[in-house]
Amino acid sequence: MNPIEIVKKIKDKFPEEVLWFRCFREECDITIKKEKIKDILEYLKNTPTLEFDYLIDLTAVDYLGFREPRFDVIYQLMSIKHRHRLRVKAEVSEQECFINSVVDLWKTANWFERECFDMFGIEFKGHPDLRRILMPEDWIGFPLRKDYPVYSDLKDKEWQPYKELKELATGWKENEP
Amino acid sequence: MGGLIRIFDNATQPVEVEKDLKIVPGANTIITTIDKIASWGRRSSLWPLTFGLACCAIEMMATGASHYDLDRFGVIFRATPRQADVMIVAGTLTKKMAPVIVNLYHQMAEPRYVIAMGSCACSGGIFNTYSTVQGIDEILPVDVYIPGCPPRPEALIEGIIKLQEKIKHQPYHKERCLSGICLIENENSKEKNESHRDSEENKR
Repeated sequence: MNPIEIVKKIKDKFPEEVLWFRCFREECDITIKKEKIKDILEYLKNTPTLEFDYLIDLTAVDYLGFREPRFDVIYQLMSIKHRHRLRVKAEVSEQECFINSVVDLWKTANWFERECFDMFGIEFKGHPDLRRILMPEDWIGFPLRKDYPVYSDLKDKEWQPYKELKELATGWKENEP
Repeated sequence: MGGLIRIFDNATQPVEVEKDLKIVPGANTIITTIDKIASWGRRSSLWPLTFGLACCAIEMMATGASHYDLDRFGVIFRATPRQADVMIVAGTLTKKMAPVIVNLYHQMAEPRYVIAMGSCACSGGIFNTYSTVQGIDEILPVDVYIPGCPPRPEALIEGIIKLQEKIKHQPYHKERCLSGICLIENENSKEKNESHRDSEENKR
């Protein structure tokens, strides 16, 4: 199905939820409100003419200083049967930094959402096991947020076990001949 | 004392071939210092702990394979720190990995040596980011740094030869251990360091 037709179909079904959409060279992305994200994605997955059975990627973008609400959670969808793709974006603000989980729809969302939580601190409501996936569990902060330090010197945000290792190392460094 | 026979034989006087190394002709005997024997043994069978963390590990494997053949230096890779003398840290070290590497380092028997292979292990390389250790010398005492991204096998071999030269000039009984970590007097922190994972579990 043509991406524009898909977008129109969503607009007819959920006229209140769609904020805007954008098409460029037959590649569409549609921005929606986060409240009914799960209903919309369920509709996209289970409608026979759409049948987005493959979640390629789930990630987020931090627009700090550009606009409010701050985050976009992005779902890259694809239908293996119909060979069409769609990009769905949901806006998440910093104050209400949560969105519904889609693990029930696509199993692959489990680790994507964990990664997204790890890097951006966006909470996924209804996720069965929402823990950090890449960083250590007691890591402070969310590294891919734009207000996180870019370089290696994290100062007071430094991970405690690494800080201890460095303090230990100063012992022999001072005694180096 | 009738049984005591004294031999005065000038021909079999020990011959000094280099400093502190004498050979007794015809007796199949070498006279030398314990320092020399110990360092000879140490440097001639450097068993590295393979610590491949990134692309440098591929180059390290290539160095160990038949074309460059590290075996001819007595270098045989071991997969356990208990049997290793030298740790070749090949690749980018992340902060999450740092407690593991220190743990493995402490499991190695003394004397132990560390080679930092590649720019990431030397200085963090291009990865000046929140998750990367800026050179393993922040947490471990490094003996030899090998620059390169990744270093060629010849460079790694050169580094190992440099380490052998370093060991050659070391006394058998060191006043301070080369690794230096044993200087840490704070027993508590040392124990904590030796098995970071255990201590984490104890907290729970």
